[in-house]
Amino acid sequence: MKLSVSHIAKAYGGRTILADCSAVFEETGTYVLMGPNGSGKSTFLRICALLEQQDSGEIAYLDNDTSLARDISLKRRMTLVLPRTGVFNTTVYKNIAYGLKIRGLSHAAIEHRVMGALATAGLEHKRDQHARTLSSGETQRLGIARALVLEPEVLFLDEPTASIDQENTEIIESIIQKMKKESRSMVVMATHDRDQAERLADRLLVFREGILVDALNP
Amino acid sequence: MDSILNGFTQAFSLILHLNPELFGIILLSLKVSGLALVIATLLGLPLGALLGLKRFPGRDLAISAMNTLMGLPPVVVGLFVYLLLSRKGPLGFLGLLYSPSAMIIAQTILAIPIVTALCHSAIVNVDPLIRQAARTLGATSRQETLAVIHEARYGILSAIIAGFGRVMAEVGSILIVGGNIAGYTRVMTTTIALETDKGNFELALALGIILLTLSFLVNAVLHAVQRKGSVSSV
Repeated sequence: MKLSVSHIAKAYGGRTILADCSAVFEETGTYVLMGPNGSGKSTFLRICALLEQQDSGEIAYLDNDTSLARDISLKRRMTLVLPRTGVFNTTVYKNIAYGLKIRGLSHAAIEHRVMGALATAGLEHKRDQHARTLSSGETQRLGIARALVLEPEVLFLDEPTASIDQENTEIIESIIQKMKKESRSMVVMATHDRDQAERLADRLLVFREGILVDALNP
Repeated sequence: MDSILNGFTQAFSLILHLNPELFGIILLSLKVSGLALVIATLLGLPLGALLGLKRFPGRDLAISAMNTLMGLPPVVVGLFVYLLLSRKGPLGFLGLLYSPSAMIIAQTILAIPIVTALCHSAIVNVDPLIRQAARTLGATSRQETLAVIHEARYGILSAIIAGFGRVMAEVGSILIVGGNIAGYTRVMTTTIALETDKGNFELALALGIILLTLSFLVNAVLHAVQRKGSVSSV
């Protein structure tokens, strides 16, 4: 699945957040959106993840050049990890299982996939722990595991390491590197950390005051 | 002092000997208040969720109205239901006045604002990140709503228990619409009022002890639920 973004614009209360942004994201590859806070990266991600509506411009998900309908089945082929993971008031296991449960998967399939995601995020030993007792780094890894378990074709990551320590940042980066190596899905990640962007990106897109000013290969 | 002590002794004797009249009154009280609470929850929870999750014109007014109605005077509700159900009232043809059904209607009206307002408060206090998380994980809007309600479950349970506490202890409205008919509409609170008037303190005290025990149990459960909720939200 390929994503084509053409001339997207968005404003809140008269303040322009995005102005005429266009880009094409191929089926696999890691795209990193760079830019300072408030430059429009998060809004761009939310619009691409179909969680918010743009004021103007087009978002198209294409399968063999056919534009896909903007419905729940398309939304379920992608997911977004937020800078701060909101955890459900239950165990780590049930938090990760949530997305699979609402998709109606069997108990056995859920268990199999959740165990895999727990292992990937290094949270196997926290499986039955209450999710709200995790550290902030572990909570963010839970957010990543909760997204990975869905095996999304497009994974959007909005500043996933902005508020966590070095050790957890490295774990999350290694998960992204692993995904990149396996090239099973498209990863679009926003960060304001230039070094991190260069470590992870196949392609860098730079935002400045709502404008996509540069796209380069690191 | 002797008459009070004597009253207590006889009250405990009634309880220990499983006095049929006493237990008939307790069962009717539980049935009337229990059914009123079920209906109030079935109406109040969706209403509270609607007020907590949707934006629509008049929402703020509806929230203020629910909060105000939490303090509805029971006698006013009794009067209102009486006028509705009396022979000349708009629903008089149903013939429900002085029946347990009339009492259930009155208690439901009293409990709905409590259940609605407290459910609204529980739902509105759920971290907005929960709704966002459900949405990013592919929830439909119905699943998103259910995720928020599930998250507010301890607060919702507290709302239901608070509603139960209110209707169990209520006397004004059911006295007006139920008529306190022995063996038919006589419940704990109305019996206490009547027997005290008559100077028969034994039955009144026995029911008072049971009502207090029930109230204590309800509050203990409420406290336990709130504690579990706050432990879970660490």
